[in-house]
Amino acid sequence: MAQGLKKTPLYELHRELGAKMTEFAGYEMPVQYSLGILGEHQHTRTKSGLFDVSHMGQVILRGKSYQETALALERAIPMDALGLDVGRQRYGFLTTYNGGILDDLMFSNRGDHIFVVLNAACKDSDIVHLRTLLETDISIEVIENRALIALQGPASEAVLSEFNSQIKAMNFMDVETLSIAGAECWVSRSGYTGEDGFEISIPASAAESVTKSILSKEEVELIGLGARDSLRLEAGLCLYGHDMDEATSPVEAALTWAIQKVRRTHGERAGGFMGSEIISQQIETGTDKKRVGFLPQTRAPMREGIEIFATEVSKKVIGKITSGGFSPSLGYPIAMGYIASEFANSEDEFFGELRGKRVPVKVAKIPFVPLNFKR
Amino acid sequence: MKFTEEHEWLRTEGDIVVVGITEHASTQLGDVVFVELPEEGTTVSKDDEIVVIESVKAASDILAPLDGEITEINEALADEPSKVNEDPMGEAWFFKMKPADPSQVEEYMTEDEYNKLIS
Repeated sequence: MAQGLKKTPLYELHRELGAKMTEFAGYEMPVQYSLGILGEHQHTRTKSGLFDVSHMGQVILRGKSYQETALALERAIPMDALGLDVGRQRYGFLTTYNGGILDDLMFSNRGDHIFVVLNAACKDSDIVHLRTLLETDISIEVIENRALIALQGPASEAVLSEFNSQIKAMNFMDVETLSIAGAECWVSRSGYTGEDGFEISIPASAAESVTKSILSKEEVELIGLGARDSLRLEAGLCLYGHDMDEATSPVEAALTWAIQKVRRTHGERAGGFMGSEIISQQIETGTDKKRVGFLPQTRAPMREGIEIFATEVSKKVIGKITSGGFSPSLGYPIAMGYIASEFANSEDEFFGELRGKRVPVKVAKIPFVPLNFKR
Repeated sequence: MKFTEEHEWLRTEGDIVVVGITEHASTQLGDVVFVELPEEGTTVSKDDEIVVIESVKAASDILAPLDGEITEINEALADEPSKVNEDPMGEAWFFKMKPADPSQVEEYMTEDEYNKLIS
């Protein structure tokens, strides 16, 4: 393992429980435990999987009022932050001046402040970006002394409500401060697997004991980054740096749904965010390429970087896989990527170039599995 | 039985050599979900990439351990790639080949030498 990697507050527990570790975004993280990726994936879909996501960035934005903080944040994201109710969370992304995506994130209205969760690989540059855009008005506090875990899967509600009965009253994207196994936790009913579940921010000093208490429940297993990737891919969720980046606009990435009407052309607070002219224009007129799902038509997985062609012999690249692999739930390969918009709804057979051979592939609807959120 | 540094095992059966991957390799790969084998009758050179194994995590190649001709492939792996995890040293052999120079087999490691390599 490379020197100088950062460790999460749960590092010792991972080692103790036999995790296979890997480098991810500058951290030494568990890629899988003894169940293996397939087993961990199935466990999360059927029972409850516990993920250490402490490498992700946790940030508090605080101005004189929620209103002032929300309006400042709206300079960095094309979302409706002002209209978000207290105790509610929303998906969003930071945009660039030319309409690309700097990172995706979750943000929540915590009454007197906004709590933001950022991707591990981008958090340092995100924070610099936020300071540049917002710091004249609001304070930006990077939370370094809390762990973050996710509990995902159909049994998660039952498990967590054994620690605090208020869990049951929470709906998808609700956020609460709750006592869990003796620690003050910031709990949201959300995640990134397509399953019902929770993300739980825990004081670092209590992280191991809270995690062990939850793990002591029969339905819960620790899950590594390997299964986290296959779970989010089945759910059709983008992985930043793969399925979207600074060169991809939210409209191309099929994330227009996350831009609320109030921020679009003719909305009450239209524009005013980085890249708003380009993004607003694209919402009206469409884009040359679009993110879609792909179903390889043989058993061979098509992974990131595979180019898509219209026929077995054509030279022009019409699309590209950005995430792909084997779907443990479906038992066959699935993928996601971009294709020229004219083909985005096509039922034709296209071809991916796999190890020098053209292999048939079709455009598919995402998500690949039903989403099981508690609406 | 002989072993390569690429974690293949070679078992000589008369003038044919059966090739598969070791228990250690299958554990390292994790859950195998796809195996692509060469065609029967293909003439291969040592170190040609002739098998693709895809695990949930990644794709990896298996090299031809010897010069020769592929005489038979294990078709069952196409439908049940998970056999590579279940029985890598037995049922989940990959291919059989007729070596051009059978003495090439002797250049590879014994089981003891291989076990030292992976310990």
